[in-house]
Amino acid sequence: MIPRQFEYHAPQSVPEAIALLQKYGDAAKLLAGGHSLLPMMKIRFAEPEHLVDLGKVAELRGISEKGKELRIGAMTTENDLIWSTLVQEKCPLLVEAARLIADPQVRYKGTLGGDISHGDPGNDHPAIMLALGASFVLQGSDGERVVAADDFFHGLYDTALEPDEVLTEIRIPVMAKGTGWCYAKLKRKIGDFATAAAAVMLRMKGDTVEDVSIALTNAGATALKASAAEDSLRGKKFDDAAIAEAAQAAMSICDPAADQRGSVEYKIAMTGEMVHRALRTAHERAK
Amino acid sequence: MANKHTVSFKLNGNDVDVVVEPRELLIHTLRERLATTGPHIGCETSHCGACTVDLDGMSVKSCTVLTVQCQDADVLTIEGLEQDGELHALQEGFMQEHGLQCGYCTPGMITRAYRLLQENPNPSEEDIRYWMAGNLCRCTGYQNIVKAVQFAAEKLSSAQEVS
Repeated sequence: MIPRQFEYHAPQSVPEAIALLQKYGDAAKLLAGGHSLLPMMKIRFAEPEHLVDLGKVAELRGISEKGKELRIGAMTTENDLIWSTLVQEKCPLLVEAARLIADPQVRYKGTLGGDISHGDPGNDHPAIMLALGASFVLQGSDGERVVAADDFFHGLYDTALEPDEVLTEIRIPVMAKGTGWCYAKLKRKIGDFATAAAAVMLRMKGDTVEDVSIALTNAGATALKASAAEDSLRGKKFDDAAIAEAAQAAMSICDPAADQRGSVEYKIAMTGEMVHRALRTAHERAK
Repeated sequence: MANKHTVSFKLNGNDVDVVVEPRELLIHTLRERLATTGPHIGCETSHCGACTVDLDGMSVKSCTVLTVQCQDADVLTIEGLEQDGELHALQEGFMQEHGLQCGYCTPGMITRAYRLLQENPNPSEEDIRYWMAGNLCRCTGYQNIVKAVQFAAEKLSSAQEVS
């Protein structure tokens, strides 16, 4: 379980990291918490010739509030998110999701930015970011651009990141007061990826759904925004029939791969169930 | 070979220097170069937690950390817990409460519990189970492991009240 040989680089700043990416191109890979990449390197599924470790880039870590946004450095760890009173207050959905990721040791190392830029639909933050309407700051040799989560996930391990770009910051709209939220995740055991999971944000006006967002984990080649399910709920009375219709609409966009976690049919059914549960819990929490 | 790095860090309070290839994992450096064989290799795939060490105040699985990432780090293993010939409260707890059967997972369990008690000196049973979930015991003696951590928590907090 030893990776192939590579050169190790530990830049102290983002520009230094970008310069290394420019120099080595496709032969380089960024190292964040390392809990996706190093296991892949150990089984030699990934064989970068140059590893650019972002661990010493202090500017990439931290959580702050600016205007109506939370701004989170890409190297902020899951454990940092879990213990952040600011995140708990402004975006509890993110804390709920982080608590369901992997296990304590992995959460000390695993980062928000790494989870997002890995482009793995089994990771939890991509769906959370879609549900929250987050955007990502990408820095490259040509400067900086901001990409919406909706436009970021292109396919399996394929994102909007160019080879010389670094995801530096995650921007998340502060949840509006009274918003209900839930991340419902089915997993076989601690540390496993989701068999199925659904992230929900819900705003009510009396008995009626004012606004809702729904996103799905591990139900296709990328995390999926269940737009038709959202449309079916908006403006409607929140009752069993409306929930069932939304879950059905969410299931209709699922295209999961069969694996040891279950068959295609089982995963689709469980995704529907997670949408059910997440909607009900979000409704209980909405004010 | 040109592609080697000198890495300096603190191990159980002592300064150490090693010369390693970038691909060398921390668990291999600890066990094979520094004769620190308390951390065990269980799965080597970051699942089991037998290789858990404390790295700069974090519990980490040392099979999923490169040694080159540890420049200037402070590393604590099970070997560093006993002080002046006296067992740490956690070591005593695992003994008193029979918190081990084969013992293979024990160094990782104790090292993880050490950090847990630093962050939460009075954990509930639920807390212990949630925050120790990254360590597997294949003898499945979890009940006594929970008791052992509770024993240590009580002993440490009563020692604090006395002093």
